[in-house]
Amino acid sequence: MIRFVDVHKSFGENHVLRGLNLEINRGETLVIIGQSGSGKSVLLKHMIGLLQPDRGQIYIDGVNVTELREEKELYAVRRKFAMLFQGAALFDSMTVAQNVSFGLERYTTFPQEKIEKIVTECLDRVGLRNVEHLMPFELSGGMKKRVGLARAIAYNPEIILYDEPSTGIDQIRANAINDLINKLKEELNVTSVVITHDMDSTFKVADRIAMLYQGTIIECGTPEEIQQSKNRIVHQFIHGHAEGPLENW
Amino acid sequence: MTDPNRFSFLFRFLTKAGEAGALFNQTFKNIFTKSWEKKNFLQQLEEIGVKSLPIVTITAAFGGLVFGLQIYIAFTRYVGHGSEAYSGPIISLGLSKELIPVFVGLMLAGRVGSSMAAEIGTMKITEQIDALFSLGADPNRFLVVPRTLACIVILPMLTLYGDFIGILSGFFYNIVLMGVNRHVYITNTLTYFEMWDVVSGLIKAVFFGVIIAIVGCWQGLSTEAGAEGVGKATTRAAVISSVLILIFNFFLSEFLPGSFTG
Repeated sequence: MIRFVDVHKSFGENHVLRGLNLEINRGETLVIIGQSGSGKSVLLKHMIGLLQPDRGQIYIDGVNVTELREEKELYAVRRKFAMLFQGAALFDSMTVAQNVSFGLERYTTFPQEKIEKIVTECLDRVGLRNVEHLMPFELSGGMKKRVGLARAIAYNPEIILYDEPSTGIDQIRANAINDLINKLKEELNVTSVVITHDMDSTFKVADRIAMLYQGTIIECGTPEEIQQSKNRIVHQFIHGHAEGPLENW
Repeated sequence: MTDPNRFSFLFRFLTKAGEAGALFNQTFKNIFTKSWEKKNFLQQLEEIGVKSLPIVTITAAFGGLVFGLQIYIAFTRYVGHGSEAYSGPIISLGLSKELIPVFVGLMLAGRVGSSMAAEIGTMKITEQIDALFSLGADPNRFLVVPRTLACIVILPMLTLYGDFIGILSGFFYNIVLMGVNRHVYITNTLTYFEMWDVVSGLIKAVFFGVIIAIVGCWQGLSTEAGAEGVGKATTRAAVISSVLILIFNFFLSEFLPGSFTG
């Protein structure tokens, strides 16, 4: 469904992605792990078209999106995705309801009553009720993430990208988000790509895990395979040992 | 040997100018060829226009008073007592062609341009710009076009309002406070003050509006490095647009015709 072929990306002198290859299958939850600054967010932003690779190809459902120039075609690809941002990225100047309906109003031609109904349903799905009128600054960190998730699922995307879904919230709320990721996958049959360095979350939601290190995927497999990996870097990372090949924090 | 850093300032300057130029180009393409967010345009009209009325009123009133005062002094000192009654058209022309458009431009560069940079810059560092993109909204059409159009519409309107307040203040200083001959003052103003003097000031205001919006949005969209970056973008937006307004004002004064009646 999503395929990265020899993708390179640099920011000035910083060569972040160095010939990255990765395949993500329809309906699975792939968790991409790696150190902070290893390029996980950069990888995610390439999927949704927020960044373009310097070299290489990215295929979404067989279409090489790096060659698309027509706005209509790019729009159709982007329509398949939704993203939960690290800090939720709710629009400060809009209410919760306006935030959740934002994508719906642009990606669909639904009448206002239907949009309002979907907003309520989506908020309900993420466990929030009677918050439509609230502004983002009135919400807790966990609630913001939930609203961000409601906004992401509102227009029925095929793929949901999660950027550090458990960062910045306590363990109980992080677990609630993990449960939501699993629930949405089952109920909506979406493909999920999660990037995180939280191993607890990783093993709760992953069908497969890929480790990003020095701009390439050094290991990819099921949670059991990753846990039994002989790769010293993967082993050190998933067990959180301070000593090992990963020293340059 | 040539120092590689010797041209780095020039290179940086050209890169930044290129970024602003590209934003300008994209914005005007979107204004004329694509749909943009009408709701945001109306919001911006209120934000930029209605909320700027108090500051424009105060600036134009005191600008008119002090200009009226200096022209009064100049006439009494260099031409002689009684000649102040002929100052009406000079005050009106100076205010409507130069002072009011520049005052309004500078005030809005401080109030509106910096606020655009702060708002968009905060959206940038909190990934709201990325969120807009991912939710099917083009950030240029959603944020930049409505602000630019609102500035293009509002700056001339505020300038026209400022002209009225400024000219009235000059009149008030000379006629009411200094007892200048009202009949001569008004007759001279109506005889020598042209519609073009007002229109040329309004044309300048359109340019200033574009400068304020493009510089404010460009600084906001290029914000980096957290809260400190937002602070710097805000300051840069006000400074760059103010300097550009003063530079453009000279060239517009130079190239716009001085009068249409010959």
